[in-house]
Amino acid sequence: MSAAAAIDDVIHGEWHVRYNYSVGKVAGHFFEGLKQKKILASFAPSSGIAYLPPRAYCERSFEPCDGWVEAGHQGIIEAATIVTAAFENLPPPPYAIAYVRLDNVSTALVNFVRGLDLSDVPAAASKLKPGTKVKVVFKDTPEGRITDFHYELAE
Amino acid sequence: MAKDIVAVIGAAQTKFKTHYADKTYIELAQDAAKLAMDEAGVTPDEIDAVVFSMAPTQFMGVNDCDRWATSHVWGAGKPYMRIHAGGATGGSALQAGYVHIASGVYRTVLVVGADRVAETPDAQHILNLIWDRFYEHDFALNTVTMTALAAQRYMARYGATEEQFARVVVRGRKNAMGNPYAHLKGAITVDDVMNSPRVAYPYKRFDICPRSSGAAAVVLSNLDVAKQKCARPAFVNGVSAITHSVFMGDRMGVYSETEFADHDGEHIAAYEAYRQAGITDPASQIQVAELYDPFSTFQFPIVEGLGFCGRGRAAAISDEGGWDMVGGQVAVNPSGGTLCTNPIGVTGLVRIVDAANQIMGKAGQNQLPGVHNAVATAAGGSTQFFTVTMLGDDHVAPRTNV
Repeated sequence: MSAAAAIDDVIHGEWHVRYNYSVGKVAGHFFEGLKQKKILASFAPSSGIAYLPPRAYCERSFEPCDGWVEAGHQGIIEAATIVTAAFENLPPPPYAIAYVRLDNVSTALVNFVRGLDLSDVPAAASKLKPGTKVKVVFKDTPEGRITDFHYELAE
Repeated sequence: MAKDIVAVIGAAQTKFKTHYADKTYIELAQDAAKLAMDEAGVTPDEIDAVVFSMAPTQFMGVNDCDRWATSHVWGAGKPYMRIHAGGATGGSALQAGYVHIASGVYRTVLVVGADRVAETPDAQHILNLIWDRFYEHDFALNTVTMTALAAQRYMARYGATEEQFARVVVRGRKNAMGNPYAHLKGAITVDDVMNSPRVAYPYKRFDICPRSSGAAAVVLSNLDVAKQKCARPAFVNGVSAITHSVFMGDRMGVYSETEFADHDGEHIAAYEAYRQAGITDPASQIQVAELYDPFSTFQFPIVEGLGFCGRGRAAAISDEGGWDMVGGQVAVNPSGGTLCTNPIGVTGLVRIVDAANQIMGKAGQNQLPGVHNAVATAAGGSTQFFTVTMLGDDHVAPRTNV
């Protein structure tokens, strides 16, 4: 091998790592709720904030979130995007993502927005502006995972 | 209370490009270390401690690669630490070096790092792995999609358009033509940006930074060493960092204390850095801003947060040339910025290098006249970590509280 050829040489490598993530009490309660088609937000009476994703402690008052409130199955988009490029290990495009603030909840929760024609991106984006009403649609048989539901436009 | 004044006495970077076939990672870092020490006129024996700037190592593919680099950057035998704050890493590493010296513990510190973001073929796959597996990972979040979400919200709040973002790209690529180290550069048009393939609304391909490889380094010293070594140092007059909750959904809507669309961590950090540096009217006192703007949509909320104009005004001022390198009210990213060059683990440090060299009169073809104050930013995580560093040609008194 010449020196010039050696400079262009590469050594191939791959990482394969497996994990089991412990869910814990707070997320566990949330996931149990999803099995009943309920989206449960942790509630801090000290601040009046209902959190999704749920937390053990309120990040404003530093008091425990010792209550739960059920999120409404309607809410409004706070931010959205439409993805039209393929990324490795991510869903095949196109798809829409939105942060939605559900009724009874103080913070916004991300999920896919389905059921929208995404072939014309600017046209589809105009239907996903902040303030747009969306609804929650659950799978027929939820498994206790965040992917048990998605959003769709309310009208 | 800080004891010592801190100065940049040498700042250097390598060229940035997609691949470095002729060097390994540690050799790249070594190049930057050597260049910065030569600029500062110091030898490794005169460096008291080393701070290594490196973000996720899964891009370049050697876990905790700072260990690999220790002796190549002349860190063996010295106090040595790695700083990692995602995209904000380089800004945070500089600030760690600052504290080393401001505390009076060390006289001279080397801050150095390298990255090779394109060693793996899809950076966004790696970036998706920063989200938790319970609530957010499944929804294709990565740095492209998370910032597209912020941009869409910004557009809705203030009426900025895709064409206005495209002008930022055109200006950045043009500025980068005078920067021999920049990765992407050249004369392009708004139409070129608008016609590049759509990626995630509102982004087209040209709205997005490249995956860069290269290295950067800065030699920091106290005032005594700076007087001996450097005729025109860049004094570090203000450093500040703000961290948000990981959850972006906490930062939008009527209950939020901060505003996702505004990147307002940068605003909070900026005004603390300004307080330390004695900046009361940023638009008139700061001549150069080197922004961490890996996407075309970052520039408007950041220049607004830095107080160069009111909220929602930056796009119109951009259209009028207000952020141009020559003739603008503030020269924004004379280097071309992060939109043209993004070696993630050192990008924040490159911002410091470019800003410091403008103060020190070493910015080459893109050197601007009369640069007395320059600001450098960095941002990382889920638009979560923000740093702002103020550099000046004269020093202020050591800060009175930390």
